[in-house]
Amino acid sequence: MILSIASGKGGTGKTLIATSLALSLEGQMPVQLLDCDVEEPNAHILLRPEIDSSEPVTVPVPVVDKEKCTYCGLCSEACAYNAIAVAGRIVLVFRELCHGCGACTYVCPAGAISEEPRQVGVVESGRVGTMRFAQGRLNVGEAMAGPVIRAVKKLADSKATVILDAPPGTSCPVVETIRGSDFCLLVTEPTPFGLSDLTIAVEVAREIDVPCGVVINRDGLGDEGVERYCAQERIPVLMRIPFDRRIAEAYCRGETLAAAMPSWQQAFREFFDRVRGLAAVGSVS
Amino acid sequence: MKEIVVLSGKGGTGKTTVLASFAALAENSVLCDCDVDAPNLHLLVEPVIRETHDFCGLQVAHIDSEACNECGLCVDACRFDAIHDFRVEPLACEGCGLCARVCPLDVISMRDTLAGHWYVSQTRFGPLVHARLRAAQENSGKLVMAVRKRARELAQETGATFILSDGPPGIGCPAISSLSGAGMALIVTEPSLSGIHDLERVLVLCRHFDVSPLVCINKYDLSAENSRRIADHCGDVGVEIVGRIPFDPDVNSAIVQGKPVVETSDGAASREIRALWEAIATCPVP
Repeated sequence: MILSIASGKGGTGKTLIATSLALSLEGQMPVQLLDCDVEEPNAHILLRPEIDSSEPVTVPVPVVDKEKCTYCGLCSEACAYNAIAVAGRIVLVFRELCHGCGACTYVCPAGAISEEPRQVGVVESGRVGTMRFAQGRLNVGEAMAGPVIRAVKKLADSKATVILDAPPGTSCPVVETIRGSDFCLLVTEPTPFGLSDLTIAVEVAREIDVPCGVVINRDGLGDEGVERYCAQERIPVLMRIPFDRRIAEAYCRGETLAAAMPSWQQAFREFFDRVRGLAAVGSVS
Repeated sequence: MKEIVVLSGKGGTGKTTVLASFAALAENSVLCDCDVDAPNLHLLVEPVIRETHDFCGLQVAHIDSEACNECGLCVDACRFDAIHDFRVEPLACEGCGLCARVCPLDVISMRDTLAGHWYVSQTRFGPLVHARLRAAQENSGKLVMAVRKRARELAQETGATFILSDGPPGIGCPAISSLSGAGMALIVTEPSLSGIHDLERVLVLCRHFDVSPLVCINKYDLSAENSRRIADHCGDVGVEIVGRIPFDPDVNSAIVQGKPVVETSDGAASREIRALWEAIATCPVP
């Protein structure tokens, strides 16, 4: 089963929930945690994995053979991303804009375009005890997280419980992460900010047809808006983590809830059983 | 005119709280919400929408299934694995158009999609340019560019002293679009190990795009040790720390009331944000 943990708003506790859940399930079943927040991967800070392999993630980009090029400009017309331009007898390739689609190579009548891999990030994998761990890391200055997220997700083991830690937001990197999940947990906080971003995140989950439930972190901190919204939309609130300065301080030190307050482990296991039940219902309906 | 963008790397560190308070304190500014995925600034400034504009993202391929002979060339050509059973999965399609080119029957068309809207609103702190990307859409960087362009035009028309931009979390496409060409970046961080890790990356991003950063530590008293680490790192890379905001429950009450904290409280956080704004407003742009 693939369970993704997303939020809309940043800093609501996705990584705290993902890592605490994974640690609570370790030893009970095969567990794999994949950190798909490749812009700012943080799960490794809480889990301190032993990394044993690191693979580059590349995007194929065009290389123009000046001997063969006739400067016809068809490549530039074909590129949807403005990543290749022809001006007079100069061809400019803006490598960081290139999505690697191959359209320029296809349309070139002179066969002057070949492709070479350009590294945009890495995927690192290893272990935390018996749990398998992997994370993507986008190179700083790169805009496109998609290829790195796809590379991390390729490592998902169909026999394990796979927990995906998603990036914040509601656009392409989030969609890339939660597509294909059996269930999506949306972590929010009970404030107008949390509510506003939760409503967008719910739209995303519904758009891509992944059943979802809510975790309210820092419960008691704000107002009743999130609870009212969930009741109205019939979205199950599956866990409430109280607002507690000790939890915030433990997180600051890089400790999961499962490690800092072990009594939470049982709560996370029961929580997971509920999630699994809902995912099974979701796949039938 | 000085364009100040607030970034953080890590989400939820307090960007919007700080930026909305700046809006209340600044005279003569244009506000800009560059977090088009999950915008929040509008929740603190009571905007009245004056203009609404459509935003078209990348095109999406469409296969005319009546005319398709299922030859499979499009499936082989697509590098985004977006065509299954001779149907295009719009969420996976990146709009490159290669499938339409390879189709021998010419039954694949590229269609515009409405990816979101952007708005110009009036607030009691000045005009606000903001946007809302539709759920699950691509190309938020391009929408950020549209929002910033309009904010600059408005600042020029009104002779504004500041453009105050609330940025997105992360360091990818929308963060780069918010940062490149700005006059100054204020990085709001928090004293967690994750906050520090993400701060380091966003500072490299600022250097990469040649925008000089300043740093503010929010909730600095949650970990004195990590706040010291942040100060050490900033010292090492030559970045100034211009503010240390204490943890203060008044910040959350202000969010619940829908107002900038400097308007609702004279508490410790509010006082520190006022001092921070003084430092930022008078800091020369290099």
